[in-house]
Amino acid sequence: MAHPQKSIADMSIGEKGVICCFQDEDMSLKLLEMGCLPGTEVKMSNKTPFGGPVCIKVSGYALSLRKDEAATIMIR
Amino acid sequence: MKTYAKIALVGNPNSGKSSLFNQLTGLNQKVGNFPGVTVDKKTGICPITPTTSVQIIDLPGTYSLYPKSLDERVVMDIMANPKDKSYPDMVVVVVDAASLKRNLLLFTEIRDLGLPVILALNMLDVAKDSGINIDKSLLQKKLQVPVVAINARTGEGIADLKNTIAQHIPATKEVTNGKVHSFIDASIFAPEVVGQIKDVFGVHNDYLAIQYAHQAESLPFLSLSEKEQIEQLRQKYNFKHSLLQAKETIARYERIDELIGQAIREEQKEEKEDLSTKIDKVLLHPFWGYVVFFTVLLLMFQAIFAWASYPQDLIDGGIAALNEYLQSVLPESMLVSLLTDGLIAGIGGILIFVPQIAILFAFIAILEESGYMARVVVLMDKWMRKFGLNGKSVVPLMSGMACAVPAIMATRNIDNWKDRLITIMVTPLMSCSARIPIYTILIALVVPDTTVAGFLNLQGIALMAMYLLGFLAAIFSALLMKVILKAKGRSFLIMEVPVYKMPRWGNVGITIIEKVKAFVLEAGKIIIAISIVLWVMASYGPSDKMERAEAEIKTEKPYLTEEALANEVASRKLEYSYAGHFGKWMEPVIKPLGYDWKIGIALLTSFAAREVFVGTLSTIYSVGSDTEDTETIKERMLKETHADTGLPVYTPALAFSLLIFYAFAMQCMSTLAIVHRETKGWKWPMIQLFYMTALAYVSAFVVYNLLK
Ligand SMILES: Nc1nc2c(ncn2[C@@H]2O[C@H](COP(=O)(O)OP(=O)(O)OP(=O)(O)O)[C@@H](O)[C@H]2O)c(=O)[nH]1
Ligand SMILES: [Mg+2]
Repeated sequence: MAHPQKSIADMSIGEKGVICCFQDEDMSLKLLEMGCLPGTEVKMSNKTPFGGPVCIKVSGYALSLRKDEAATIMIR
Repeated sequence: MKTYAKIALVGNPNSGKSSLFNQLTGLNQKVGNFPGVTVDKKTGICPITPTTSVQIIDLPGTYSLYPKSLDERVVMDIMANPKDKSYPDMVVVVVDAASLKRNLLLFTEIRDLGLPVILALNMLDVAKDSGINIDKSLLQKKLQVPVVAINARTGEGIADLKNTIAQHIPATKEVTNGKVHSFIDASIFAPEVVGQIKDVFGVHNDYLAIQYAHQAESLPFLSLSEKEQIEQLRQKYNFKHSLLQAKETIARYERIDELIGQAIREEQKEEKEDLSTKIDKVLLHPFWGYVVFFTVLLLMFQAIFAWASYPQDLIDGGIAALNEYLQSVLPESMLVSLLTDGLIAGIGGILIFVPQIAILFAFIAILEESGYMARVVVLMDKWMRKFGLNGKSVVPLMSGMACAVPAIMATRNIDNWKDRLITIMVTPLMSCSARIPIYTILIALVVPDTTVAGFLNLQGIALMAMYLLGFLAAIFSALLMKVILKAKGRSFLIMEVPVYKMPRWGNVGITIIEKVKAFVLEAGKIIIAISIVLWVMASYGPSDKMERAEAEIKTEKPYLTEEALANEVASRKLEYSYAGHFGKWMEPVIKPLGYDWKIGIALLTSFAAREVFVGTLSTIYSVGSDTEDTETIKERMLKETHADTGLPVYTPALAFSLLIFYAFAMQCMSTLAIVHRETKGWKWPMIQLFYMTALAYVSAFVVYNLLK
């Protein structure tokens, strides 16, 4: 499982992944609260054009976050 | 005064707290299907048994006791301070059963503060739809608090909740001193700091003590020296805020998993997408998403213009007929003239806009209730950020189309102060419902009522263009502020996107009625006061010049017919009245924009509230003419001519100049007051007033001189 190079921002629509770790401490605090815990499965559901926010499905609900925010969540 | 036991409603954003509040208290707190609707606390009384009542406190939603924005902070400020006047005797934690685990995080935090808690399990219908079943009694056993299933939307289970509150409400304000079973042991994270804070500050609860250490700077009830003391403790024991907060959150989720794993049963209907996901394939589509959004807006403006015109014509005609009738049956006197020319003319200037305002509020209510608003935030975030705003600015900007006052309150949900300030500053540039009267009347005067492209009404398009203009002014002003202000802190979007819901039509109806009522009453109060003052000022003058008006005209223009003479006399009298003097006095200032002194009077009165403009004009033109048959407002304006040249006053150049002026000018005392409150000072509202007035003046000047 040594591929923490891929982040949520790199996922394509419909793709699934499992959160492994975060790259930004401040952001991770907020994300943890929102149920994005390491080991949780996520699924990319929507992307907006020109690098706008993305929507993911996590812990049974839809969460939207900016692309640069998504890039701090690494998946395996 | 009777004191009631206090029950606070706490929970994640959009979990249904305000809906529950309304069920319990019978009040009408705003409800909407997106996170961050409630931004301040609100209280109401609820009878729980035939003999006892309790006070219910509705609070903004939050995901945890670590606040990120101003609205979330309200919750922590109350929960951390037993001396706060809203400190509850009991907390009802409202959870969204469809994402129970995430919702329970806050529940465990509240519980660990040692507060008596009831868990209200809401949105079970939504959970069921996505195949989630919850074993309520097992949950109750594991969490060791009363669990009640409710549906805050339909009212199911509310009686049950009341009973449970009645049974469990503590008789006295006992401090539970951490005796209750706590979910995690807060002291293990920083034993020394927790111990010392408990000793020094007399805090009994471990979790509250560690929260002092985490959030000392922002707790309003701690003094400066106390904050320093805590800071020293943190330094001494090397208290790592972020790390410990992360550890705590993870520990809580682990505990929640352990406890409720068995109580939740998810049907594995894998790969079957729920309805919201399917709808979002279109509404959040990189291309179609935007097409739909603009279509929705287009439809809204078409509706406001095209559909509203029928009831509007009825109201306008009805008021004219009423005036005519009154004038024919009542004896001619000053009082009757005050009633017909002053009051009814003025009030008519408000009532005829009721259909449009109702349609506008209906649209906004539907956008908010369906859950679409949150999608607009997502679609617009990238674009808004280029202009120094934030996706979340969309909510204030859109609701600013109804009224800037609640819209500015809604900015509390924006976490970043700079983004929030910019949003506050530019929201009043969005065209609010009070501008509808001016827009409608002037567009109807100068834009032909034709259909283009088969179905689009040209006047509807003109109206949309006015809104677009307001929006463009707002975002470019935001860009200007972005460049001028120095950046402070970072901003997040991270936002829950709620499932779509059918708007509750009853609620939409109530919203419309309430808003229309408020509009008519507010504007009505002002217009009645202004109409009376204005009528007096327009009917009396400083010297006996008014009496001489008739003789003057007779010598100047002896050739006039009787009717024309009477008209000229009335208008000359108005000129010599106090109001006339006033208007004349300010004429030099507004002349460059193309306005005469009569419009000047209306401008002046609308500085308090812009919706009175049309009413004022209507009163002025009505006093300033002597026609027997009363006309509608539009007819009066069309007939208005320049005294010297005889040409119509309302040329396209003047109309567009006025339109632009009203689009940009800050003419609303309530908005200035709310900006003062939200920015805690006069600096920003004053900048806003000067900026917007200057923008309005200069743009109107340019437009008038280009079109003249
Ligand atoms: N299906 C369903 N919808 C519900 C239920 N309870 C509330 N709602 C809807 O959920 C949405 C949010 O309700 P609110 O009462 O505004 O939620 P809130 O917790 O006050 O939200 P914030 O003020 O943003 O924190 C509204 O559209 C309600 O109609 C329920 O039990 N079932
Ligand atoms: Mg609410």
